[in-house]
This record gives sequence, C-alpha cells and structure tokens, in this order.
Amino acid sequence: MTDRRLSAGLKVGAYLAAAVALTLYVVEWPQDSLVARLVTFPHVLALTGQHLAIVALSSVLAILTAVPLGLMLTRDWARQWTPRVVGFVNVCQTVPSLAVVALAVGLLGIGATTAIVALWLYALLPILNNTLTGLDGVDAATLQAARGMGMRPGRVLRRIEVPLALPLIVAGVRTAVTVNIGSAILAAFVGGGGLGDLIIAGNNISRVQVVVLGAGLPMLMALIVDALFDVAAEETAG
Amino acid sequence: MDFISFLVAYWPTLIQLTAEHLGIIVVAMALSLALGLVVGIAISFSPRAAAIVLGINGLLMTFPSLALFSLLVPVLGIGSAPAIAGLVVYTQLPLVRNVYTGLTGIDPALIEAAEGMGLTPLKILWKIKLPLAWPAILTGIRTATVMGIGIGAIAAYVGAGGLGVLIFQGISRNNDAMVIVGAILISAISILTDRLLARIGDRDRS
Repeated sequence: MTDRRLSAGLKVGAYLAAAVALTLYVVEWPQDSLVARLVTFPHVLALTGQHLAIVALSSVLAILTAVPLGLMLTRDWARQWTPRVVGFVNVCQTVPSLAVVALAVGLLGIGATTAIVALWLYALLPILNNTLTGLDGVDAATLQAARGMGMRPGRVLRRIEVPLALPLIVAGVRTAVTVNIGSAILAAFVGGGGLGDLIIAGNNISRVQVVVLGAGLPMLMALIVDALFDVAAEETAG
Repeated sequence: MDFISFLVAYWPTLIQLTAEHLGIIVVAMALSLALGLVVGIAISFSPRAAAIVLGINGLLMTFPSLALFSLLVPVLGIGSAPAIAGLVVYTQLPLVRNVYTGLTGIDPALIEAAEGMGLTPLKILWKIKLPLAWPAILTGIRTATVMGIGIGAIAAYVGAGGLGVLIFQGISRNNDAMVIVGAILISAISILTDRLLARIGDRDRS
C-alpha cells in the first residue's frame, strides 16, 4: 500500500513539474509579443484556479446529490424501480456535454454559475449510476444475514451496504471528476472562465503555443487527479 | 423569441445543419472503423504492442477536443476536414479496444479446432474470429459514434458546420431559442443513435 502511495506521489510530482515547465516555457520563450502579453504567470494561475473551482464545486455538488439519491432509490420501497432508473440514467448519459452546457445557458444565461450547474448535472450521472449498481450488487444473502443478526436498516446501510458498494461509488466519482476537468473547458464558451479561455484566445489569435498550454494544463490536471484516485481506490477496496 | 416562431423561421437551416452533422459523423466513423479494425487486428497478435497502442490512444483521448480542432485548422484548413480528422482520433480508442478485446476473448479451443480443420490464418480471421468478436466490435461502434456526435458539435467552433453552429451562434447572438434547439437536436440524435445501435446489437445476438 505504501508502494502505491509512493508511486502516486511521484506521479503527481512529475505531472506538477511538467505543468510548471510548460507554463514557464510559454512565459519565458513566447512566440511573439502577442503571446507574451497574453500569457503571464498570474493570468495562467488565475485561470487554473477558476478551472479547479468550477470542477471542485460541481463535483462536490454532484457527490452530495447523487450518493443520497442512489441510497434512497435502492431502499426496499423503491427497489422495483431501480433497473428503470439505471436505464434512464444510461440514456441521459449519452447526451453530449456541450448540449448540457447549452441547455444551462438557455435556462440560466451566461456566467460561471451556468458552467457549474451544467457540470454538476453532467457529473451526477456516472456517480448515480455507479452508486445504484454498487448497492444493487450487494449480495441478498449478506443483507439477510445482517438483518438476521438483528441489525436495523440504518446500521445495515452504514456497516454493510455502503462499505461494499464504496469501490464502485469511488470509481464513479473518479470518472465524473476526470471527465469534468475536460468538460470545464467548455465553461469558457459561456463566460465561466477557466483554462478553456486560453484555448479560445489561442485559437482567435492563431498562436499554437497558447492553444497547447490551454490544452496541456487540464490534461495534466486530469492525470494528477487520476493518480490521486489510484490511492483512493486502493484504500476503499481493502 | 419563442420556439415555435424559431422553428418555423429556421426549419430549412435546421435540416441542413443536421444533414451536415450526420455527414461528418458518417464519414469520420467509416474512416475510423476501417483504421480501428486494421489496428485492432494487428495488435491482437502482440500483447505488448496492444499495451502501447491502447496507452497512446488513452492519452490522446484526454487531449481537449477544442484544442485539437483548433490545431488541425492551420494544417487542414477551415471546413469539415479538421472535424473529420479530429473525430477519427477521438473515436479510435473505443473501436480499437473493443476490436482487441473481442478478438482476444475468443475461446482458444475454437481457434485450435479451426487450425486442425486446415483453415488458413486469414480464413480463421474472416470466418471465425471476426464473427465471434462482432458483438464487442458493435459495442465499440456504438460508444464511438455517440461520442463522435457530441465532439462533432464542438468542431462547429472552428468552422466545421453541423448542429454545434446553433449553439455557438445562439450564445454569441444571445438567442436562447437557438441554443436550446441546438442542444435538444444534438441530444436527440445521440440518444436515437445509441438506441438504434443497441437494438441492432440485441437483434444480432438473438
């Protein structure tokens, strides 16, 4: 387990170093004065912060809504509907992220809130799906045994169901967060800021350096989060 | 502007953009499927090559599509070419991975039996392996196509046309009806395509 942590730590360090190096390269060796004026350390840092804030807020909201919803939908009184809900969630998951963002614009106008709401809804689905599948997959005999031992429903939920479903729930969160880091680029279209701003600005002035920086930073961010989830997956599986 | 008047005023444009979008997807998927089959079959003979190719594909997938389209424009020009090229890149991973897992998941006893019957490797591939791997390949096609429809919408930003035009123009013109109609059309096409390909898969299985 410590091996796992060490390698995750090394990976995170390497990706962070790569992100700093990439930014440093563009700031110190800009293609021309246009790039030099556009890309400065404080600006890149601010955009990275916005990107992280959008992803963090939407992901936390998604976890806080999807997990309780999943718990509720797998209680006895709702159990008969679980397969249908899973089917519905799967259909919704085929809706592209840009369409979700666009729908949010139609309803809420532009701004960071729109981006956060859109990403929240988009992240909700994989987490809900995995929560439902995880809880639904808990062996009925195990549940019966727990009940037979005199455990009350709340205790069965806390001590048996959630721990057994946790690896799948964490996997759902992992998918949601990594996908969200990529989708948060779309926030730039709706005035939500984030690293997508760099890609759009780079595209508008057609400077490859800026586009690559705007693409590279979220990529490295996703790799870092993925490495961290490697550790989380290990912890919850044990 | 309300929906009804928007739909009445714009329906020819909506049909044209939908056709444009579907055209890009069909061309990109045809190219991607051909490439994915060749690569998938090639790597099914070597686990090491498979690990490398699938790893590179996975990394390419995380490259933001908006940036890739933007980088392809100076190379391929404005229009549908960068969109098609970008879509081929993004749809490779699900295709190659499913072709690979489909081909390598076949019971070795079946292959041995075919060899014992004196079938040539090419015949084994054509008559035994590909038909048995077909359900997995079809699942890959489904995932890739649905993904492609969504990513294809983003390509409208770099002038590729398609339904994404409604979203981007709607946002810059502050035309909510246009944005929402675009979003609904793209979502509907994604869902319908997914259902359709799922049904084909179910029919083939039974």
